[in-house]
Amino acid sequence: MLLLIEQCLNGLQFGLLLFLLAAGLTLVFGIMDLVNLAHGSFYMLGAFLAATFAAWTGSFFLGVVLGLLATLAVGMVVDLVALRRLYGRNHLDHVLGTFGLILFFNELVRLIWGPAGLNLTLPAWLNTSVELLGGIRYPTYRLGIIVVALAVALFLYVLVMRTRIGMLIRAGASNREMVGALGINIKLLYTLVFGLGAALAGLAGVMQTPILTAQIGMGENILILAFVVIIIGGIGSVRGAFIASIFVGLVDTIGRAFLPDLFKLVLSSAAASTAGPALSSMLIYFLMAVVLVLRPEGLFPVAGK
Amino acid sequence: MKKLMLTAGAILALTAGPAMAQKSVKIGFIGTFSGPTAVIGNDMRNSFELALDHLGRKMGGLPVEVIYEDDQQKPEIGKQKSEKLIQSDKVDFVTGYLWSNVLLASIKPVVDSKTFLISANAGPHQIAGELCSPYFFSTSWQNDQTPQAMGLYMNQKGVKTLYLLGPNYAAGKDMMSGVAATFKGKVIGQELTKWPDQLDFSAELSKVKAAKPDAVFVFYPGAAGVQFLNQYAQAGLKGVIPLYTAFTIDSLSLPRQKDLALGVPGAQQWVNDLPFPASKKFVADFRAKHKTTPSFYGSQAYDAANLINSAVVAVKGDLTKKDAMRVEMKKANYASVRGPYKYGNNHFPIQNFYLQDVVKDAAGELTLKTVATIIKDSQDQYHGKCAMK
Repeated sequence: MLLLIEQCLNGLQFGLLLFLLAAGLTLVFGIMDLVNLAHGSFYMLGAFLAATFAAWTGSFFLGVVLGLLATLAVGMVVDLVALRRLYGRNHLDHVLGTFGLILFFNELVRLIWGPAGLNLTLPAWLNTSVELLGGIRYPTYRLGIIVVALAVALFLYVLVMRTRIGMLIRAGASNREMVGALGINIKLLYTLVFGLGAALAGLAGVMQTPILTAQIGMGENILILAFVVIIIGGIGSVRGAFIASIFVGLVDTIGRAFLPDLFKLVLSSAAASTAGPALSSMLIYFLMAVVLVLRPEGLFPVAGK
Repeated sequence: MKKLMLTAGAILALTAGPAMAQKSVKIGFIGTFSGPTAVIGNDMRNSFELALDHLGRKMGGLPVEVIYEDDQQKPEIGKQKSEKLIQSDKVDFVTGYLWSNVLLASIKPVVDSKTFLISANAGPHQIAGELCSPYFFSTSWQNDQTPQAMGLYMNQKGVKTLYLLGPNYAAGKDMMSGVAATFKGKVIGQELTKWPDQLDFSAELSKVKAAKPDAVFVFYPGAAGVQFLNQYAQAGLKGVIPLYTAFTIDSLSLPRQKDLALGVPGAQQWVNDLPFPASKKFVADFRAKHKTTPSFYGSQAYDAANLINSAVVAVKGDLTKKDAMRVEMKKANYASVRGPYKYGNNHFPIQNFYLQDVVKDAAGELTLKTVATIIKDSQDQYHGKCAMK
């Protein structure tokens, strides 16, 4: 039972991390109608920049903040320089253009930091585990991820639903010509949204770095999961992304944790330990297929799309 | 006139024969040179190049030409590149092969074309057993051998219950069966994780914690070893449940694992402080050239170059004499950096395995140290299934 609770926490942590990545992706996809394969590159850049700044300043938190600001800046520059030329074109052009950006950023990171990757070392007090209610010992840092991600989710909710900028973002999503006609600088708005998305991806990358270290190409695998999340959640819906990412995180982690054991009940031990991991890594795609069949628009489709 | 004829005849004699047929020794090298594990591929390439430097970049009087190909850690790419090397580059030897799954996908086209394949790392059990080939040699080990040595060491340490963790691919499964072959206690759990994508081991570590084993055995090569040790500490398991490893801590990952690796034992057929002259020369010259310490991966690539050289020298550069080259390579008649070893019937080494520990040297730098010999003249457990005698 304790193990189940602990695995749920693991799933929640992973899901919330996915949410940070998926929130940016779904905003950009839903509002700007841009398929951004290079979203994972911001995840990677955030990780590398934060690790570098942390090494320079000697402070973990200063490194994280500077890394995030730098990722935000890079995101806005990429939008100004490259992506503005892709708006209004068809999705295939977006895929081609942003795939090029992936190659560009991977090579850039290799030139600057070399192929070995970087570490971001946690302060000693974060690098341990704490005792929770019920006697579960859980890594402090993973709890930290849960807290930060929930705070970001709240911030996004307030930003999108309760502020003027959020109102413009929602208006731009449902009818961009009309918003433009009302005298709003839609291009600037897009650049802001894109920068925000990049910073969110960067935050996910930064938070993963103490666990996974910064590696070239680290964003590509997790980006696939982020796409699964936004498809399940409904493209353009931050709320959908939130629910779907927690769902995906839980299914993935709990499947990984318990499926091999379930298999052992019916299969030989050797076969189970091979088939279990193989099948558990397919679970979320299976889940996506089911959602697509039952609700092709996703769980929380954005109205008017 | 007679003198002129003699001179002409001598020139003809010189240019005819082997030198006519063979202008250079062509070697194809399959490694991983992109992505996070490129660090390992580069170390192997640097070691291979250093070996060629030491040989004067000639083998048996012929200049050496090496073609490096990147497998991107993917079996299908490795196979494609191997086929390209034998079909369009027409190489005389193919070597490298970091990953067992890449080697398994690539071996058939290479040995079917009667090209020698010298694995400088991967040693899947299939190739030691039923898939063994007269055109295959290893300068590393069969995958099970290293964890087998670790299993013996865990018996010495009195480990009674054990949890196994590793990636779900050919080598990961071999590691698990290797430990199981020698470990006398009970294996109470085993987790195989998705490879190479899964780098977050939270679910697996939670299960380890709940199972409360005496010890954990882990196999995570390359950068995954850094991530694993990080997470092991974050889960509060470091120092609580002892960790035993194979191919998880090496001189490439150690600078990033830092103190987390301190005191974590591993088994290895070569450690950078072995006292053999060839090893000392390799390590000293590598450090002088690259300012880093070579890894065991590098040592195997260095040996691969020297094994190939021994064959080419034995046939005096006539690379059509494949049988003679095979006979020579089977003698392992070269100065291996791991010290002298023999080949078994399946062309895998019969060799010693050492206990490796991570210590701080006089300057306070972390370094790998040979502590003891775990097993002498270990032979893999699959050689009986190989039809070659």
